Amino acid sequence: MKSFKNFLLKISESLKNTFSKKPKISLGENTKSSLYAILAGLIFGFILMLIFVPQDAFHGLWIIFTGAFQDGNESMGNVLLFAAPIIVTGLSVGFAFKTGLFNIGATGQLTVGSFVAIYIGVRWGFLPGHLHWIVAVLGAILAGAIWGFIPGLLKALFNVHEVVATIMLNYIAMYLVNWGVMSTVFDGLSKSKSVLESAIIPKMGLQWLFPDSSVTGGFFLAVIAVIIIYIVLEKTTFGYQLKAVGHNKEAARYAGINEKKAIISSMTIAGALSGLAGAIVYLTGSGAHLVVQNLLLSEGFDGIAVALLGLSHPIGVLLSGLFLGYIKNSGFYLQRLAFDTEVIKIIISTIIYFSALSMLFKKGFKNPFKKNKKTGGEK
Amino acid sequence: MGYVIEMLNITKDFPGILANDNVTLQVQKGEIHALLGENGAGKSTLMSILFGLYQPNSGTILVNGKEVEIKSPNDANDLHIGMVHQHFKLVHNFTVAENIVLGMEDTKNGFLKMDHAIQKIQALSDQFNFNLNPNDIISEISVGMQQRVEILKMLYRNAEIMIFDEPTAVLTPQEIEELIHIMKNLVKEGKSIVLITHKLKEIKAVADRCSVLRKGKYIGTVDVKTTNIEQMAEMMVGRKVLFDIPKSPIHLGKTVLSVRNLNMTNKDGKQVLKDVSFDVKAGEILCIAGIEGNGQTQLVEALSGLNPHYTGTIILHGNEISKASIRHRTTSGIGHIPEDRHKHGLVLDFTLAENMILQSYFDEEFQHHGFLKFENISSHTNDLIERFDVRSGKGEKTMARSMSGGNQQKAIVAREFDRNPDLMIAVQPTRGLDVGAIEYIHKQLISIRDQNKAVLLVSLELDEVMGISDRIIVMYEGELVASVHPDKVTENELGLYMSGSKRGEINEVV
Repeated sequence: MKSFKNFLLKISESLKNTFSKKPKISLGENTKSSLYAILAGLIFGFILMLIFVPQDAFHGLWIIFTGAFQDGNESMGNVLLFAAPIIVTGLSVGFAFKTGLFNIGATGQLTVGSFVAIYIGVRWGFLPGHLHWIVAVLGAILAGAIWGFIPGLLKALFNVHEVVATIMLNYIAMYLVNWGVMSTVFDGLSKSKSVLESAIIPKMGLQWLFPDSSVTGGFFLAVIAVIIIYIVLEKTTFGYQLKAVGHNKEAARYAGINEKKAIISSMTIAGALSGLAGAIVYLTGSGAHLVVQNLLLSEGFDGIAVALLGLSHPIGVLLSGLFLGYIKNSGFYLQRLAFDTEVIKIIISTIIYFSALSMLFKKGFKNPFKKNKKTGGEK
Repeated sequence: MGYVIEMLNITKDFPGILANDNVTLQVQKGEIHALLGENGAGKSTLMSILFGLYQPNSGTILVNGKEVEIKSPNDANDLHIGMVHQHFKLVHNFTVAENIVLGMEDTKNGFLKMDHAIQKIQALSDQFNFNLNPNDIISEISVGMQQRVEILKMLYRNAEIMIFDEPTAVLTPQEIEELIHIMKNLVKEGKSIVLITHKLKEIKAVADRCSVLRKGKYIGTVDVKTTNIEQMAEMMVGRKVLFDIPKSPIHLGKTVLSVRNLNMTNKDGKQVLKDVSFDVKAGEILCIAGIEGNGQTQLVEALSGLNPHYTGTIILHGNEISKASIRHRTTSGIGHIPEDRHKHGLVLDFTLAENMILQSYFDEEFQHHGFLKFENISSHTNDLIERFDVRSGKGEKTMARSMSGGNQQKAIVAREFDRNPDLMIAVQPTRGLDVGAIEYIHKQLISIRDQNKAVLLVSLELDEVMGISDRIIVMYEGELVASVHPDKVTENELGLYMSGSKRGEINEVV
């Protein structure tokens, strides 16, 4: 157990070191490294397809490329539907990275957010129609915020590593929500009841563009979150403080910045974002139900990949979230070929996680005479 | 005598900076050749080219008269060129021998075979009087010994040409003596040494010839014996350098800082500050002298509030600040040039502009309702860059990490001086800087003293202590053991106080 903990700590440290650093190279090179990573992911996915179902591999690759256009407006809308929550969890992870924290608890925060959104969506029908969904979203944000606040507080006051605390909270969230669903909004079989019509996030005009898709205005909420986080990080003293703590805690202390407060604020905001993602997933009319199962929700982990691919920058996260949404949507259409669902998931995950290796490519494309080369000086 | 190395007309540019501009360096066999220059003059770049870490844009390199291309450190190694980096490249939980053979281990059936290597290392160590035990763990030997491991590593790889990058920066005075001895032995055995440094005294003590670089340009090569320190300093900086900065007579004002009975115990239960009491008055530079690790760091941490775990009182301008927050202390008139500029002084991954507002981003000048005023920040930074001559590749947008050590320090000095504090706490403000920058920082410290501010200078360098302070207090094992005036004490006597072999009057401290 102890060695496992150390292992996690080590991984999180190295990730943190890599990602809390401001990219030193120009935006052009950054984008290039991300694009190479995506390319590598696609190649690897293609190799997997060749292994599993060789006769359909080329067709499969074609579908991955053209997934958004398979079913006209429906598939295009679904790209946004899939992208919205992972943009927000990506933002959650990326925001914490910027403050020097590794929020591996996005999934737990998302889970509690989902439950609160569903609970309000199912049970609080007494609210006026146009307020219902707003209250449900706010409730989810608040729940996620609390779930982020706890590890932040533990880290600030007792120096409990956030990776350990958030992992534990992921499981607590999962079991707590299973119990909560079963005792309050259970459909009697396996999952939560459908939320009321008034709790579904309005389409905000997307119904005109994508009439056949169940995409909601959740995508706009994600974009608004991106803009807010961008402004907070880049334009405010608050963001300045958080970044100072993230880059160099000691220097931040020297400058009189309360680093404990910064850690707690950062984790709380990260949690709130993941909570919002929960609302975006489940306040849709597309039959999204919280299933009672012993599984952590994948949207939280996808957030890590999105943050890595987007280099923790809000705009980068938006773009990489859209890319992942695109790929996930394509995966849906792979079912039309001879691919098993599991194989599709493996292929899609491979592409996603390979893409997250953009840092590796960044190093490769960086000036090869930089520091890391110097250590190679010994023979 | 032939040249072992000739680097002819080397030019190398980086984005925004011409690091080497038509530089020529010729090293004779069996000499110690010093490469002198300020921080950022291009010494390290030139040596990195020789060691294969960078490729020059133009120019030729000749080793033993033959033109060569050095594309990687491996090529350098094959040409018998070795380098001791400023920051050692050692694996800390490996033994001396394991570190030395790393990368060229002998194996038998896939198992390590160390016996032969250990014998060879022992023999080399004996030959050069290194006093190394091949089986010691790196983390358990001193920095000076670690450096010898690095040197032995070169010898083990049959290096004939050895590059030493600022080798004395991390050493104690005694270790420096020993290193000089080792270097002289090495050239006696026919090795050639290139010594990168900006310390003129060392060049005088050890080098045969000296090539000078300034701002990437080759200035000239001189014979060390026939050139004095002032001449070399002038070549390096490009103007006459004052080693003794004139000071006006002292005008003592009111007491600015008053410290009483400061006690601090560290985590291991050792008392690191013992009843420390002293005053600093306006218009004086009070210097705290002492050997490293005698409580100076802890004293400053207590004064700045970085470590609040102490007892005693700290009074600034009559107001007690013993329990005040760090922010409260900095805003009520304490400036702080920290000991470790990378750990405390700068956020290395912030731009220069972001670093310049580190202590004042919350001022109305730089923010409004929590939104940063970028125009003001930018003009403020450019103003400081101009006034304090902070040099960097991309101005305010330069990443602090990419600036030279001297300019990083200048940036901190600019930030802290510009806040116009009544008490400036400067901890080893000139560590690792070249003569030009040292002169500059000393001038700045004296100028705020002359503006009737108080300066508390913590320094390990006796030259600095004797040169600019008005009063000296000596710390030994967490206690103040002497209070003296620089004109009434010799360096020798000060050394005795610092090593704890003598105690003086400390009445006048309080």
